[in-house]
Amino acid sequence: MLNVSELHSFYGRAHVLQGVSFQVAPGEVLVLLGRNGAGKSTTLKSLIGLLRPRAGRVEFGGVNVAGWEPHRIARAGMGFVPEDRRIFTGLTVAENLETGRQPPRPPLPAWTPARLFALFPNLGQMASRQGGRMSGGEQQMLTIARTLMGNPRLVLLDEPSEGLSPLIVEQMAHAILALKQAGVTMLLAEQNLHFAARVADRAVVIESGRIVWAGTMAGALADAASHLQV
Amino acid sequence: MTFLLLQALTGLASAATLFLVAAGLTVIFGVTRVVNFSHGSLYMLGAYIGWTVLGHLPRTPWGFALGVAATAVALAVLGSLLEMTLLRRLYRAPELLQLLATFGVVLIVQDAAQAIWGTEDLPLPRPPWMRGFIVIGAERFPSYDLLLIAAGPAVLAALWLLLHRTRWGTLVRAATQDRAMLAALGVNQRLLFTSVFALGAGLAGLGGALGLPLGSANLQLDLSVITDAFVVVVVGGLGSVPGAFLASVLIGVLQAAGVALVPKATLVIVFVVMAVTLVLRPHGLLGRGGTLAREAEAPALVVPATLAARWLGLAALAVLAAAPLFAGPFAVAVLTEAMIAVLFAASLHFMMGPGGMASFGHAAWFGIGAYGAGLAATLLAWPLPLALLGAVLTAGVVAALFGWFVVRLSGVYLAMLTLAFAQIVWAVAQQWTDVTGGDNGILSVWPSGMLADPRAFYWLTLALCTGGALLLRRVLFAPAGYALRAARDSALRAEAIGLNAAHLRLAAFALAGAAAGLAGGLDAFSKGSVFPTYVSIGRSVDALLMVLLGGVQTMAGPIVGAMVYTGLYDLLLQTVALWRLVLGLAIVTLVLAFPQGIAGALRRGQA
Repeated sequence: MLNVSELHSFYGRAHVLQGVSFQVAPGEVLVLLGRNGAGKSTTLKSLIGLLRPRAGRVEFGGVNVAGWEPHRIARAGMGFVPEDRRIFTGLTVAENLETGRQPPRPPLPAWTPARLFALFPNLGQMASRQGGRMSGGEQQMLTIARTLMGNPRLVLLDEPSEGLSPLIVEQMAHAILALKQAGVTMLLAEQNLHFAARVADRAVVIESGRIVWAGTMAGALADAASHLQV
Repeated sequence: MTFLLLQALTGLASAATLFLVAAGLTVIFGVTRVVNFSHGSLYMLGAYIGWTVLGHLPRTPWGFALGVAATAVALAVLGSLLEMTLLRRLYRAPELLQLLATFGVVLIVQDAAQAIWGTEDLPLPRPPWMRGFIVIGAERFPSYDLLLIAAGPAVLAALWLLLHRTRWGTLVRAATQDRAMLAALGVNQRLLFTSVFALGAGLAGLGGALGLPLGSANLQLDLSVITDAFVVVVVGGLGSVPGAFLASVLIGVLQAAGVALVPKATLVIVFVVMAVTLVLRPHGLLGRGGTLAREAEAPALVVPATLAARWLGLAALAVLAAAPLFAGPFAVAVLTEAMIAVLFAASLHFMMGPGGMASFGHAAWFGIGAYGAGLAATLLAWPLPLALLGAVLTAGVVAALFGWFVVRLSGVYLAMLTLAFAQIVWAVAQQWTDVTGGDNGILSVWPSGMLADPRAFYWLTLALCTGGALLLRRVLFAPAGYALRAARDSALRAEAIGLNAAHLRLAAFALAGAAAGLAGGLDAFSKGSVFPTYVSIGRSVDALLMVLLGGVQTMAGPIVGAMVYTGLYDLLLQTVALWRLVLGLAIVTLVLAFPQGIAGALRRGQA
């Protein structure tokens, strides 16, 4: 599904990603673990094209999309859920969903507001509420739902559990597992190991812009004390 | 009473065309974050194209409607072309450069329109159906004006439906808040931006064509319309269409009432409305503060000159001081002009570089200084030193007063307000004929005694302008200058360490105003006269070009820029008939080629 090799990205002169490589297989949930500033968000932004990688390949469905503009990558089937939520606060919930709508991608069934409201029941009760008047947890749900409206084959989730109450984190984990069952492939950036353990199949660990560990989630948990210190 | 009602209705009718322009401007700004200076030119083109198209159509209501619609479509197409060729490349440039580049378009359109339609005013002969009227009290009121009054709310409603009931509108509103996120959701921004620009330009064209029966198509429309439109969008809140509607009605009615009640104070009324609004609601009636956030730009560093550069400067100064001993009278006159330009540019640089306040109306202070000196010398018969002091103080005090309203505002608002203020000063200079002499200006402002010798006056100018520029430099590298730059880079953090950002900016604003006033006063004495052109937008743009030509990063930049620009400009004026076209193309090319100024490009080249 996704094959990232030797990705290099810069912020100005700062060399943030120094040759990141990993793969995501269809149907799996891969978690990108790492501390603050390790390069998790930068990796996701480089994949979706919000940050243009300086070098390296991003093969998505067999096509190298590195250097493409974000809207082309998104239309190719990559969905992006940013960490700072970035919902459109002046738009209603329904309108926010509309901004994400893209044509269906058979054979996967198309996402509709009705299907998404079934997945996130809270949202269904506030379809005409302005995005700016929702709680942080509700906004996070809306961000994910909005991205799903584009019927992505792969969803990049940047710290979906960050800044949420334990109850909402629990709901989030349920939602992600439900998505996984619906056949959505996901790449998560996380520093919350417990949350990652609940949803991920495999893990890669990024440190100072390089992948330093890769393996199964179970393996990551086993090695957590000695290797990871996350 | 009837008279007042009629005036109010007339005001509403003119508010309608104003709203069409302002709505386009504000929608374009909301999505692209570009303040389109050439929006008034699109309106003017709408008037001209409408005049031509309507002249070829049957003079019936349907013919008129068809012609107006065709004009709007034509302008939408022209607007798309403008967006695709120029604006698209400017979205990441600093806002001042966007204003400057679109002003280049204003110049190009001016010469093009003059070449196509000539300099005569072109009124649209009203067909019989348009001459109808209704009777209010004992007065007649044209039915066409009623049609216009209805057009305003109709367009507002149509725009609201378009923005709130279509997918396109939803995407436009989303782009207003977060373009990058929208792109990551798969929306092609380029298409969206072009279509938004087409809509805005179409509205301007609609306004131009609909306003045609009220007046005529003429070459002054562009700048008069854009000034009013700037005031409207600032008062209404940048990016807010209903705000633009409210503000255009407010200003249209106040202007009409002003004409009836206090004819001479119309412009003052507009300014007071603007000032009061911004004090009470800094982001306009319906504007939201958050919508103005934009990606941080790398602030211009101002670094002290190297030792070599200082010696070079000293040598240049020595040559300049000795110049009158071997140069002829014409060279001395050009050098005097260049020295005045140096101080003018340095004062603007001080405000926009270290001060971080992008002024698009710096000519206001220059003009106030020139008029202050001119009036002091003629009306009050003050001697030159006293008159110059008067010029400096007047400009400084007025700048401090005006600054009090604007220093809390951010980039685009500040640029638009300084422009609007300069236009008001310009209009006062032109209309208050009893004092300023209107277009005839103030004559015989000559220095007397020893200074009557142009060479002596040149030495005085050299001393004062060099002294003024050095003083600005001294402030820049004093603790106050560092504090000012801290306030520019982050007002919040500066406040947190105990600096009063507003006071610092106000002081810088007043100081820059005073320095520009000195330049203006000197110019008055050097030319022996003062005219409204001293306050024109062109003069403000001159200063901007000098600074940007030289680059904002160094103190030497604006000085070199001023000298080069003065020379080139004199040459251009003397040799080229279509100088506006050439200058406009030069500005656009310059901005596209060097989005950070020439000195900035050189610096990057070295790095």
